[in-house]
Amino acid sequence: MAAFEPVLSRNWNVPDSHTLPVYESRGGYKASRKALTEMDPDKVVQVVKDSELRGRGGAGFPTGLKWSFLPKDRTQTFMCVNGDESEPATFNNRLLIERDPHQFIEGILIACFATKAATAYVYLRFEYIHAFRIMERAIADAREKGHLGKDIYGSGFDLEVYCHRGAGAYICGEETGLIESLEGKRGWPRIKPPFPAIEGAFRKPTVVNNVETLACVPHIIERGADWFKSIGTPKSYGPKLYCISGHVNKQVCVELPLGVTTNQLIEEHAGGVWKGRKAKAAVPGGISMGLLSAAEFDVPLDFEEIRKPGCLGLGTAAVTVMDETTSMVDYLYNSCRFFAHESCGQCTPCREGTGWLYKMMKRIKAGGGRLEDLDIMDNLAKNMGIMPGTTICGLADGAAWPVRNALAKFRGEIEDYIKTHQAPRYQVTPLQQAIAHGQSPVGSDTPMPDPTRRLPGPDLSTRATAHA
Amino acid sequence: MAADATATNSTPYLSEPIREKIRAFIPRYPNKRAVTLPALHIVHEHFRCVPFGAMKEIAEILEIAPAEVHDTMSFYGFFPQAPIGDVRVWICRSISCMLTGGEEMLAHACKKLGVTSGQTTPDGKITLEFAECLGICDFAPAALSDDGRIFGPLTPATTDDMIEVLKQGPVADSPITPVIGRQ
Repeated sequence: MAAFEPVLSRNWNVPDSHTLPVYESRGGYKASRKALTEMDPDKVVQVVKDSELRGRGGAGFPTGLKWSFLPKDRTQTFMCVNGDESEPATFNNRLLIERDPHQFIEGILIACFATKAATAYVYLRFEYIHAFRIMERAIADAREKGHLGKDIYGSGFDLEVYCHRGAGAYICGEETGLIESLEGKRGWPRIKPPFPAIEGAFRKPTVVNNVETLACVPHIIERGADWFKSIGTPKSYGPKLYCISGHVNKQVCVELPLGVTTNQLIEEHAGGVWKGRKAKAAVPGGISMGLLSAAEFDVPLDFEEIRKPGCLGLGTAAVTVMDETTSMVDYLYNSCRFFAHESCGQCTPCREGTGWLYKMMKRIKAGGGRLEDLDIMDNLAKNMGIMPGTTICGLADGAAWPVRNALAKFRGEIEDYIKTHQAPRYQVTPLQQAIAHGQSPVGSDTPMPDPTRRLPGPDLSTRATAHA
Repeated sequence: MAADATATNSTPYLSEPIREKIRAFIPRYPNKRAVTLPALHIVHEHFRCVPFGAMKEIAEILEIAPAEVHDTMSFYGFFPQAPIGDVRVWICRSISCMLTGGEEMLAHACKKLGVTSGQTTPDGKITLEFAECLGICDFAPAALSDDGRIFGPLTPATTDDMIEVLKQGPVADSPITPVIGRQ
């Protein structure tokens, strides 16, 4: 892979790479000029289709195919760019926007031309404060130089790009949740069909694409579909930005051909596992994709192969490494807490399920676990999500996968934890035992609980100070 | 000050410049309701909270029901009803930050400031909150202030430094790299 030449991140280390003159001096806006003046929209869609570019946001849906679902007789189309990157451990979109906003705008321009969208909304999560400032400035600069606005390059194509800021909701990264949020409503995902391509934002045909997907588009137009397909592995072509964080020496984002392995990422790009330790497990692509054990670190991280060890998919390709001292109970607790916090509350299996998983993990962590809890959790995880067909969006699948993977791969460790971590406050009292066996505690030789001992249940005295 | 909770219809919360700022967003969208989130952000930026009366006035400008504004506002756990501190700081507790010590830094900062997560210091300077992934995992364990400053990787010592810096109040501009931690 030595011959691989980064394209998405090629300007990142150039001084002032976020400014328009620097971008133009490095060959920027050539592809958009070529697309708008020499090609027609259908040709652009065809090239992207031929390149087999798959969406970089998580699901890996073919981008060209998505564009071709738009009705032929549409009068108005909207482009929504998903910059609500909230998947834990993912930060590649932030770097793409902060370091090279014009590459991104060029991608928006070509994509809007291909889909005949005259308005593009860039949905940015609120936490990307710098990215928002840089985008506003870049849009104004591009507009001034005629890359956006009316009659771009004399082609008769008009485009306005607006930034729309989110307000800290993970669910708004789901495409229909994003559309609802854009429309000024709560970010509740919609039941599909109709898919956004038929009826999306403001009830008009809409394309929702990820930032990185659109950043790939100018390069495909400039260098051709064959170039794109020469990179990566079968069915997963092109370059990808991999984020590596957690227990590594260097937490970085690197651009590599699709299909590198976790081992390669850790050893060649992240400087190895920190403190000279060994790795125990890794999250392959954002927390909702599941868990890889160290034995599975040579599985290629692409759209297809990663499913074989039981992970949900490539996701955002954000690898979080855990060293040998990490407790899987801590990992699961963190994951369950995240999804319980971020479930939007629309579908009952997810709203209640994520909450139950979190409560069970909290109890297990605190020393009140029972072995049967693991079966209950596994069963619960298998019954929430779009795969069992009980929810509208995939958040519940994302919540279930870490549980399912951790129980499949590290059940022994979690069982050991439960057996060795039993806190007195969770012990069954003789009174409870008597009631469970249908005996009256009165008059039997079952002693009543010591009145000085706290009864099981939440410790209300510490609730006011707990931050979790 | 218009942020007085007893403001009546005769003394509107939103001054004309703020209303103008909100109206400027209307041409961007096919309908007015889509301006709800930008309007909430504008009001929040000005008052450091979104008072109930202001929501009514947003609804009037956007020609929707006040309940619809409240519905959207309350979905996002982002808009407080009472003013937050001069600087709002989030310390991340999601997976990468948790693994590298984010929870400990959050607990350390809480102790140092004498608040629990979500509270404002008595002097009204800092509001401390936890966050579910801030997207700055390359600096994990990391923190972000609402003026855009990034802090990380945090240690107990740099968390103390961060608090000292935050006590000086918000800044207008900051680099895209951490102001404390790895540059």
